[in-house]
Amino acid sequence: MITAERKPLDEIVGLVGDKKKVLVAGCDTCVAICLTGGEKEAEILASELRILAEKDGREVEVEHTAAIRQCEWEYLDMIAEKVAAADVVVSMACGIGIQSMAEKFEPKVIVPGANTNMLGMPQEHAVWLERCGACGECVIGETAGICPVVRCSKSLMNGPCGGSHDGKCEVTTPEKEDIDCAWHLIWERLKAQGREELMYVNRPPKNWSKSSSGGPRKMVREEAKPV
Amino acid sequence: MTATNGYKAGSNLEKVLSAGKFAVTGECGPPKSADVSVIEEKAKILKGYVDAVNITDNQTAVVRVCSMASGVTAQQNGLEAIMQMTCRDRNRLAMQADILGAYTLGIRNILCLTGDHMSFGNHTEAKGVHDMDSLNLIKMYKDMRDEKKFQCGEEMPVEPRLFIGCAENPFADPFEFRALRLQKKIEAGADFVQTQCIFNVPKFKKWMEEVRSLGLHKEIKILAGITPLKGVGGARYMQNFVPGIDVPQDIVDRMAACEKGAPSQAEGKKIAVEMIKEFAEIEGVAGVHIMAIEWEVAVPEIVETAGLMPRPAVA
Repeated sequence: MITAERKPLDEIVGLVGDKKKVLVAGCDTCVAICLTGGEKEAEILASELRILAEKDGREVEVEHTAAIRQCEWEYLDMIAEKVAAADVVVSMACGIGIQSMAEKFEPKVIVPGANTNMLGMPQEHAVWLERCGACGECVIGETAGICPVVRCSKSLMNGPCGGSHDGKCEVTTPEKEDIDCAWHLIWERLKAQGREELMYVNRPPKNWSKSSSGGPRKMVREEAKPV
Repeated sequence: MTATNGYKAGSNLEKVLSAGKFAVTGECGPPKSADVSVIEEKAKILKGYVDAVNITDNQTAVVRVCSMASGVTAQQNGLEAIMQMTCRDRNRLAMQADILGAYTLGIRNILCLTGDHMSFGNHTEAKGVHDMDSLNLIKMYKDMRDEKKFQCGEEMPVEPRLFIGCAENPFADPFEFRALRLQKKIEAGADFVQTQCIFNVPKFKKWMEEVRSLGLHKEIKILAGITPLKGVGGARYMQNFVPGIDVPQDIVDRMAACEKGAPSQAEGKKIAVEMIKEFAEIEGVAGVHIMAIEWEVAVPEIVETAGLMPRPAVA
């Protein structure tokens, strides 16, 4: 899933500026699952904005809504009326949802209420870990189902660097927590699979043109197009 | 025969190692400013005492004078350079362009590294490039040299004739993969390897056993890494805070038993000399790489006391 974290209130207030009618639009798919931008979180943010405006003596109307998915045109039709009535929309969706809104409702000003951060999974309740870099050329068939592109801090293709220690990466999180060394995990799991010889192979440089380095990507499924 | 008379690059380091002489390399960190005198001074200290000197490339992810310019400065001051190149700061275009440029300026030795992560340095918000890893880099330079081909496959009329090095850390994990990783680097095309600085000699010997069991010591020149300790503080810091460095307690205790200042420094140099002598006896060790971090003045005495002077002159 796509994960996102809500922006600080100050930043959102700055993005809203002096607009009088504010709509906070949640998205009930990925960002709802990661407890950031579903209808409930949109309602909370709307309340925060109202309380702050009242405290500051500003006259602001704040409404909230949510789309089932902000990244699909048909679900945006369902919130079109509320969007039309607002001077500015704070979208709590991921970057895709925000851009869909901005395109669908142009020239309405749509501002982000969240920072999209990764393609991840909930490792445990309320903890998400990055799992995919959407690199366009998946290698995990040779790396025991563990992605070295995003789970190795240096996106190495040929085994752990010299900073791997006791199964941990030389890099720590901003909170100084340990990160698992992806290549140590790959080595251990390949051994468990009896496929450690995959680690002996020299893999060539990755083709980054399949990733965002190749420019904005487009996918077309000809067979699925309406005839 | 090529213009390099049968050598891959014809560098002094390659000639010393090819002649079977016990090699000595040093290390110079370029300054964090545009002050060229820093490299000139370090070169003067090391000249004649090492066969070549590593010029670090934004080591620990801290911005400094680039390794190409500093390498040229070292060579202008009579000291052959081993230019370090990390994959952290350049993509494949830049890594090829820079090595062609370095070669035209006289650089003949290159050390291919992944590079310390940006989070250790002074620009923690930088985007890490990591277009390729160090194995890819080794292979790319080997193909440029031996196949006259760029990474994309296009040919070039004049190839950069380089002596290609790599690093390996016998103390990193998983330990059982460490010799195999060296094997991968040999397959990629590495001619010499410099190890991470060694304090845990038994573990290094164990790694060398694995290296010999794979026959790798016959395929690559292995230079054992040594960092002379200045005091117990540095020993403890490396023991606790530097990833990938293994400092056993007995080394810390030896340093702790000495008074600060000159006695500590003398003990640090003594340990370094003992290690050099011990490494020289290990089958497959072709030389030592002395990384006297911001303590270059210690190197001449260490090399001399270890009985490694005069340095060989090879034609």
